[in-house]
Amino acid sequence: MRYEAPDSLDAATELLSSEPGVSRILAGGTDLLVQMHAGMTEPDLIVDIKKIPDLRAIVAEDSGFRIGAAVTGAEMGEHRELKSAWPGVVEAVELIGSTQIQGRATPGGNLCNASPAADSVPAMVAAGATVTVVGTEGTREIPVQEICTGPGQTSLKKGEIVVSFKLPARPSRSGDAYLRMTPRTEMDIAVVGVGVNLTMDQEGNCIDARVAIGAVAPTVLLVPEAAAALIGTKVDESALAELASAASAACRPIDDKRGTKKYRIKVAGVLAKRAAKIAVERAGQSL
Amino acid sequence: MSITEQESAEMKVVGTRISRPDGVDKVTGRARYGADLMLPGMLQGATLRSPHAHAKLISIDTSRAEALPGVKAVVTRDDFKDQPSEIVAAGELPVNYRDVVRNMMAREKVLYDGHPVAAVAATSMSVAKKALKLIQVEYEVLPHVINVVDAMKPGAPILDENLRTQGDESAPDTPTNISKRVQTGFGDVDAGFAAADIIVEREYDTEPVHQGYIEPQACVASYTEDGHAEIWVSTQGHFLIRSFTARLCGLDVSKLKVTPSEIGGGFGGKNNVYGEPIALALSRKAHRPVKMVMSRNEVFRATGPTSGANMKVKVGCTRDGKITAADAVLNYQAGAFPGSPVMQASMTAFACYALENVRVVGFDVVSNRPKVAAYRAPGAQVVAFGVESVMDEMAKKLNMDPVEFRLKNAAKEGVKASFGPTLGPVGLVECLEEIKSHPNYSVPLGPNQGRGVASGFWFNIGGETCVNMNLSEDGTVALMVGTPDIGGSRASMSMMAAEALGIDPKSVTVSVGDTNALGFNFLTAGSRTTFASGKATVEAAQKMILELRSRAAKIWDISVDAVVWEEGEARPASSNAGDFEPLTLAELAKKAPKTGGPIAGHAETNVQGAGPSYASQVADVEVDPETGQVKILRFTVAQDAGKAIHPSYVEGQYQGATAQGIGWALNEAYIYDENGRLENPNFLDYRVPVASDLPMIDSIIVEVPNPNHPYGVRGIGETSIIPVTAAIANAIESATGKRLLKLPMSPPEVLEAIEGNA
Ligand SMILES: Cc1cc2nc3c(=O)[nH]c(=O)nc-3n(C[C@H](O)[C@H](O)[C@H](O)COP(=O)(O)OP(=O)(O)OC[C@H]3O[C@@H](n4cnc5c(N)ncnc54)[C@H](O)[C@@H]3O)c2cc1C
Repeated sequence: MRYEAPDSLDAATELLSSEPGVSRILAGGTDLLVQMHAGMTEPDLIVDIKKIPDLRAIVAEDSGFRIGAAVTGAEMGEHRELKSAWPGVVEAVELIGSTQIQGRATPGGNLCNASPAADSVPAMVAAGATVTVVGTEGTREIPVQEICTGPGQTSLKKGEIVVSFKLPARPSRSGDAYLRMTPRTEMDIAVVGVGVNLTMDQEGNCIDARVAIGAVAPTVLLVPEAAAALIGTKVDESALAELASAASAACRPIDDKRGTKKYRIKVAGVLAKRAAKIAVERAGQSL
Repeated sequence: MSITEQESAEMKVVGTRISRPDGVDKVTGRARYGADLMLPGMLQGATLRSPHAHAKLISIDTSRAEALPGVKAVVTRDDFKDQPSEIVAAGELPVNYRDVVRNMMAREKVLYDGHPVAAVAATSMSVAKKALKLIQVEYEVLPHVINVVDAMKPGAPILDENLRTQGDESAPDTPTNISKRVQTGFGDVDAGFAAADIIVEREYDTEPVHQGYIEPQACVASYTEDGHAEIWVSTQGHFLIRSFTARLCGLDVSKLKVTPSEIGGGFGGKNNVYGEPIALALSRKAHRPVKMVMSRNEVFRATGPTSGANMKVKVGCTRDGKITAADAVLNYQAGAFPGSPVMQASMTAFACYALENVRVVGFDVVSNRPKVAAYRAPGAQVVAFGVESVMDEMAKKLNMDPVEFRLKNAAKEGVKASFGPTLGPVGLVECLEEIKSHPNYSVPLGPNQGRGVASGFWFNIGGETCVNMNLSEDGTVALMVGTPDIGGSRASMSMMAAEALGIDPKSVTVSVGDTNALGFNFLTAGSRTTFASGKATVEAAQKMILELRSRAAKIWDISVDAVVWEEGEARPASSNAGDFEPLTLAELAKKAPKTGGPIAGHAETNVQGAGPSYASQVADVEVDPETGQVKILRFTVAQDAGKAIHPSYVEGQYQGATAQGIGWALNEAYIYDENGRLENPNFLDYRVPVASDLPMIDSIIVEVPNPNHPYGVRGIGETSIIPVTAAIANAIESATGKRLLKLPMSPPEVLEAIEGNA
């Protein structure tokens, strides 16, 4: 097994694409090292991307934010402007693991590990985030939800690296929130996770919304029907009830060791309602 | 925290909170645990385990593994002699050598996912792992059975064709998974129910749960060329590791020296052999030391959880709240081999109550899961879920406060215990009174919140104990005990020694001796260590004091009866004895070579007179009505310690036991797939509580002294796990109006109960 830690994107993509055996990107390693330890993967080449400056910065850009894919959860949590603009995205990233894990875990790793239960992904999808992907054949910019194609599977080609996340500019009176259900308070995998991002007008009507749900299908789902239940309403009890049923209706879960179908479907609706309420409250504070 | 002060007035050291002598090494990483020993030439051992829940072991071909460079030895069933059926005591559960050898390494069959099939020793872990993949095993897969009720049904897959139900004359002479029927009780249960105004009868199911110790099983074994051997191991009882390993490897007991390492938790799970005989057999073949360390996956798949059970509990009561009869049937899951704690369960089931008519029938049932091991008050915690839930329901039907109901029927001194003997002084009433008057019991509850109480009983044990106390030449004291220190017992021993000798506990250094250093010591189990090793320590101190007095008498040339030992020094008994300056320990130690040589005290005894410990608890919960999630808001424990030698460690035991009970109540469970493979052999999916799941657990130390211990000690390590699941179930019922009859009470189960029409 070979370990490389290049300091440029070009060198990293070159290393990855020229390796004839199994190559793996290493960010925080909180998924990869666990999988190696369990014997699930035995890479021939590990390319550590933490030395590449582009991947390690959070920058304000076009009134939005560009977040390097290898920025840690703790670093995102400490970024005041980011946290006040996108509290839902940041709280989702900060839910990953524990204090120790937060010092390592990255949004890039969380996305590319392609777990349907990854916490940051529904929040990113609800936020309308895009990612910049760089490979030997060039650069592409795609919505976050196009990376994962199934559990453990991505649309990334050999040698491609997710470089950064782009969070768009924020209209005023916008708010987002992420909630997850785990049997324990910490150190657990979401049985259901819901991200809600919305914008209100001066009269208190919801004029834009995005709702995404995790752990209820092979990939995180963007649910336009759930968003539609909010748009044009005052996000009152009846709109929330509509939202809950739309969120539940979109679920295509399985029964597994972490939860039953029935439970996931029900709780998706409950969390959607609760997340929407928090998002509305935050929108009210972001005048 | 409130301590009912008893006799601490006269005691100077006992009852104080000194800092533990092993603490600094533990927080600085210097403490050496099972996996920390390195020896020259040491090899890494690894175990091949069955992927099947139940299969015939047709053949094992190890030739390719043996040929791999770096592999120094491979062992299979052929390297261990078969053992005849012979039942011996092993901690709190008896075991049969015939089964022990089969559980350690499968012979005719594999009986659970994770059952060891072969093991290798190699120059590195990666070589060892490669070698495991080269071992070819031919299995004939058989139908399997996981659930205890399914295993009892006619036509269930049979684990052992030779098994017949012991203790049941009516049982047919045909193969069965029911290994044993036990019955306890007295009086006329039918008459008791006939006299009842109200009867509550319910059926409950619980899941097996793992002890969840942080340190996996680990050992280093070294077999020398002259037929001696040494094992370094993380265990609750190195003397039992020695007996079992010597037996399984065909060694004279005295040729095997076992040294206990520091231990990162055991809770009953480290009372058995797993890798130790395998490591020794590998070392004998490889002619080099071998280290075996389990992974968490192996710990979950192949070491003993405690039993899950199916049970029926029935209680009858008069309208004014007097229990007239109590009856239960307990079906306890034993795992792959007989030996669940169903007898302890039967004896403890109704031990909190003064009863005239009581009966408990228990069955020990094998199924395709790892063989159960002891776990904190084995058996009692399982049945308490059913019994204490029924008692709560009864109190509700009577419109009585649940603590009042329990007080009205409480077991106390002079009562014939439901398991037979008449109780001596015990503290259940005191615990219930403490709970009743604690602020936790009266703080107002908000919406979706509920409160539950429950009680528990545990016997505690004494047993074989041997300690050595040596006076060093500078007057400090070296005390050696044979019971591994899991919960701070070195601190408690130093305190009891210091109290007895009248000196500062800092002058007493306590170590845990290896098997060559002391006579046989039973395990650190059954809450016995502070009681039994403590009692032996005081006895050794008294013998040393006698010797010290006789040395002083010699120096002063007076009779030993004219010398007293007070405040750490020898003094003339009175002015009649003569006018001598007192002699301190240091002075006597210095003069020892001239007065007869080394000064020591010993005790070798089978300690009797353990005092049972009762506990009562109150739990406050909040239930999320839309997700079924249960939050523990407050939790208060009152438990009878007899006497708390070191109150902080007593509180630590109450809190730790409660935390484990909370995990058991809410989330812990084994999840098997349709092939009988364990799906959650890790701490991510086997959900023990994390710190943020727990409130501060408030501890009330009740002290009703045990007359059979010099300082009044009862064991306290176990009881507080017993009431927890029922206290929480009762609190959930109080919050939601729904009674849960099944553990764990996980969010989906609670939500189902809330939304169901039950
Ligand atoms: C104790 C513990 C608790 C956890 N709790 C949670 C939790 O609560 N919620 C949750 O969602 N997850 C949790 N996780 C999983 C994990 O921490 C997260 O998924 C984390 O975000 C992964 O980030 P990483 O940087 O450590 O990824 P790594 O392990 O470094 O990488 C993960 C995968 O993504 C690939 N990869 C990484 N970066 C890139 C990139 N820039 N471009 C392309 N591919 C890339 C890697 O090759 C690998 O396949 C937990 C893990 C542990 C060990």
